[in-house]
Amino acid sequence: MRSLLVYLKDYKKESILAPLFKMLEASFELLVPLVMAAVIDVGIARGDRGYIIRMCAVLIALGLIGLVCSITAQYFSAKAAAGAGTGIRHALFEHIQKLTFTEMDTIGGATLITRMTSDVNQIQAGINLVLRLFLRSPFIVFGAMIMAFTVDVQSAWIFVVVIPVLSVIVFGIMLVSMPLYRRVQERLDQVLLATRENLTGVRVIRAFNKEEEERDRFESANQALTDTQKFVGRISGLMNPLTYIVINGGIIALIYTGAVRVDIGRLTQGEVVALVNYMSQILIELVKLANLIITVTKAAACGSRVESVLKIVPDMKDGSEEWQSGAERQTDKAENLSEETAVPAVEFDHVSLRYKDAGGDSLTDITFRAMPGETIGIIGGTGSGKSSLVNLIPRFYDASSGRVKIFGKDVRAYRIESLRAHIGVVLQKAVLFKGTVAENLRWGNEDAAEQELEEALEISQAKEFVDRKEGGLGFQIEQGGRNLSGGQKQRLTIARALVRKPEILILDDSASALDLATDAALRSAIREMKGNPTVFIVSQRASSIQYADRIIVLDDGETAGVGTHRELLASCPAYQEIYYSQFPKEAAND
Amino acid sequence: MTEADKKTGQWETLKKVFRRLGKYRIFVLISLILAAVSVALTLYVPKLAGYAVDYIVGPGKVDFPGVFRVMIQIGICTLVTAFAQWLMNICNNKMTYQVVRDIRNEAFQKIEILPLKYIDGHPYGEVVSRVIADVDQFADGLLMGFTQLFTGIATIVGTFGFMLSVNVSITFVVVLITPVSFLVANFIAKRTFSMFRAQSEIRGEQTGLIDEMIGNQKVVQAFGRGRQVTEQFDEVNERLGRAYLKATFFSSITNPSTRFVNSLVYIGVGITGAFAVVNGSLTVGQLSSFLSYANQYTKPFNEISGVVTEFQNAVACAKRIFDLIEEEPQPEEPESAVELNEISGSVQAEQVDFSYVPGQELIRGFNLKVEPGQKIAIVGPTGCGKTTLINLLMRFYDVDRGSISVDHVDIRRMTRRSLRAGYGMVLQDTWLKTGTIRDNITLGRPDAPEEEIIAAAKASHIHSFIKRLPQGYDTWITEDGGGLSQGQKQLLCIARVMLCRPPMLILDEATSSIDTRTEMKIQDAFAELMEGRTTFIVAHRLSTIREADVILVMKDGQVIEQGNHESLLAKGGFYKYLYESQFAMTGQESA
Repeated sequence: MRSLLVYLKDYKKESILAPLFKMLEASFELLVPLVMAAVIDVGIARGDRGYIIRMCAVLIALGLIGLVCSITAQYFSAKAAAGAGTGIRHALFEHIQKLTFTEMDTIGGATLITRMTSDVNQIQAGINLVLRLFLRSPFIVFGAMIMAFTVDVQSAWIFVVVIPVLSVIVFGIMLVSMPLYRRVQERLDQVLLATRENLTGVRVIRAFNKEEEERDRFESANQALTDTQKFVGRISGLMNPLTYIVINGGIIALIYTGAVRVDIGRLTQGEVVALVNYMSQILIELVKLANLIITVTKAAACGSRVESVLKIVPDMKDGSEEWQSGAERQTDKAENLSEETAVPAVEFDHVSLRYKDAGGDSLTDITFRAMPGETIGIIGGTGSGKSSLVNLIPRFYDASSGRVKIFGKDVRAYRIESLRAHIGVVLQKAVLFKGTVAENLRWGNEDAAEQELEEALEISQAKEFVDRKEGGLGFQIEQGGRNLSGGQKQRLTIARALVRKPEILILDDSASALDLATDAALRSAIREMKGNPTVFIVSQRASSIQYADRIIVLDDGETAGVGTHRELLASCPAYQEIYYSQFPKEAAND
Repeated sequence: MTEADKKTGQWETLKKVFRRLGKYRIFVLISLILAAVSVALTLYVPKLAGYAVDYIVGPGKVDFPGVFRVMIQIGICTLVTAFAQWLMNICNNKMTYQVVRDIRNEAFQKIEILPLKYIDGHPYGEVVSRVIADVDQFADGLLMGFTQLFTGIATIVGTFGFMLSVNVSITFVVVLITPVSFLVANFIAKRTFSMFRAQSEIRGEQTGLIDEMIGNQKVVQAFGRGRQVTEQFDEVNERLGRAYLKATFFSSITNPSTRFVNSLVYIGVGITGAFAVVNGSLTVGQLSSFLSYANQYTKPFNEISGVVTEFQNAVACAKRIFDLIEEEPQPEEPESAVELNEISGSVQAEQVDFSYVPGQELIRGFNLKVEPGQKIAIVGPTGCGKTTLINLLMRFYDVDRGSISVDHVDIRRMTRRSLRAGYGMVLQDTWLKTGTIRDNITLGRPDAPEEEIIAAAKASHIHSFIKRLPQGYDTWITEDGGGLSQGQKQLLCIARVMLCRPPMLILDEATSSIDTRTEMKIQDAFAELMEGRTTFIVAHRLSTIREADVILVMKDGQVIEQGNHESLLAKGGFYKYLYESQFAMTGQESA
């Protein structure tokens, strides 16, 4: 929780003023028993009605000042909480943007979303409460003690004994119950999981007649939750009775010393009333404090969840090299005449990849070169590592061993932003965002002119259906692209990658929802593209990669063959198997 | 809904809550008695302290025996109160958490017997939130709130009584001024309502944005859009910050304002009380107890106004839970339901009509006769209703008219358990439960021996993958299969069916996520599995379809053609069109 306090930094003034005004209010509250004591000892003793009225006017004035102070405090604390909440959300969001794919895989989007929403809300509520009340309560407690000293030193010592005992009780119970509340949350998660699973998996559960077992599982999870809740309840339920005993013990002691001190003339009746009042004030504050502790405990738990996200240090070090455009590279080469051979656009040099916490390699010892302008097809079975391979090019992951070079330089040397800005990636899952078609396409290049958007749509075979949509480029896409078909979404994601005029284009199984004719048209349009990018096509369809300059066949993370369609068909058994499973021999021989 | 209806609705809900509390009525009773005891004693202490003050008049005028008596009385009261409070807490806890547990169990039991129609028709998140969040809120607001309300009212009544017993006229001062704090609280609440609404609207907008962007983080990164997206987020975030400030600040004025009103009450008591002492109609001790009563009397009012809103909210939550619990379950099995143990696998559909939505006929007059061991392929464009047939066969839904029978027994006249045990099902939409890989494979046969598990995994070509995992078959997988690819998940689902080998199979695009090569490898295992088993296959691949004994061609929910490959081609209908547009070119799937 501590490191989150940074977000109060910009609200130093508010964070100090809020408790300060709260304390001012409390101080005025602490004066009330003294005034009342004066009413009793002076006003009543002398029968001075004028004095009594004057003192009550003083009390009203104290109340008004208290009101103003309190409202001021509320304002400052709300402002600080709003600011800190906004700041934490911003920091989280920004931090998540920096996380690498590996980290996103481990954490999962769902938890990040809860942390950004409900967890931060809890923290915000916590901050607001702490600023307002957490300081006020101890202040009243200690203030009451100090006021007691001003009344009578000897009686005040009772406060000195009572307060530490109370603190031990309050903080002891808090310390014991805090980890238990966390366990309650964990158990609740189990109950939630069981519920969710029985909804998402209803068909399978019923098909396998698992209803009874699932019910037993749910009931035992539910019982575990109930037991923990009852256990925590019993512990925190001790708070009120114990503090009550201590306070009333204090009051009894006060009455006794009061009686003795009044008897010898060292204290007045009114002052005894004031002392008893101070003790009762402590009790009231403690009840408030106990209720607050629960909220604050929750906020602290949420705080540590948020912190754990912020603490993740992205495990990828950014490089410093800027991407050089094709033309720049040309001039470089001219100067550097000693370099005879052309530089490959992408080169894999004995590359292996093992995902974090995985038992085995997903890619083993991959070596190949792709020259500028070439089209490389990648084919292989489920889980053979096709996506893993192309994900290394824009540095979504770092190779565990070996080197990936882009235009002759290690991929890790480039500034990531600059690297990715020149690579167009179309991921397997077609994702579009809420907004117009044009807005979505401009994700590829913010400054793209309408003309360029049209061109990209034409190449991706999307122009026809976009034109038919109401508003064309201005057509509103709903969240998640719900109002488009799978094939339409895929074509738009391809267009989005094309808008940036990439020098390297990666299509990761991104035409799977297209029919064969559209797929073919798409491929030939990409071949004729201006700028002549290096293209990687990942597919399970042999027809999609058949005409590539080179085909890499992957089998279980290893290269099973590299070559043209003809070469592989002649020599690579893995390729033959794939090909003939899709093109029965008699058809292929036509 | 009119106000009156709402009121009766709330009352109905409360009655249901009370019915569930009935089991614990002894705790409720004890809790109420203890609450009354502890309130009464808590209130008695200030009065005792007042006596003590009156015994301590001035130097040499202290009645020590009197003071001691009072001290002992306070001591006893304190101990009894503390004990009563403690016991009351335990009772409340027990009662609250057990009612919550009971209600959750009830809700879950209902989920297990709800018709699929309900589950398909409601977002999962909504049902989950009823079982989790609503129950919690209900427990907090209704059960805890109830005890708060009770002690609150008891305190008010008790204090009122004690004050009356001390002095009537000063009591009226208190009673007259207190309602002002209500008015103030109400005044502020009405004015802040719209601010809270604005805040929750912006919050909704922000959550939507977070959901979209964080959910698709990889795309955002691939396009290096982090900065722009953050800017977009910040704009909403700033607005939310401002709305929060406004709503929170204005609503937080309530507390200081009511506290100010309370201090007015206190001062009122001070003035009238002091005058009364001067007149001699009140002692100083009585004034001192009056002052603490004035404090205690006003407090519950503030709390109760909070409790009332929470209470209404809790009743609304309770209603949502009871709506779920009272939902119509799937029809019960008749007493005479048959337990079919040896299913041979003949399936017959006679004049079946079915629709999801009454009035929108989907399947009409459908007839089918399947001999044991036959293969039935179901083909048709996406969304043509292939899944509907499976829903009917598995009795996830009941037919509207006509009948489906297995081994000549109407499936409505046999136990669901035995019908479903007869089928092995692999769906396109793979589902894995949280647990180990082994748990998932043995779902249908928890007692299967290790060799058979491995054999099933080998036949499904997933064994070598599992072996490479850190904990092999004991690797824990999370909901929706976590790190597994779609294809691997599907292979696990196939292994699951390979292991239990039921007499009938339903394969709904069972290999849609598996690459062609692996598919060819497991083809043999599949062929062996299907041998002698009645099999319903939803498929795209030509070879599978061609080998089927019966092909059902579906379009728009209707079975429009029925026959084998040759007869359907010869017929020249929709099947021929499908065949030519999809398969003839390459013999591979599209879609």
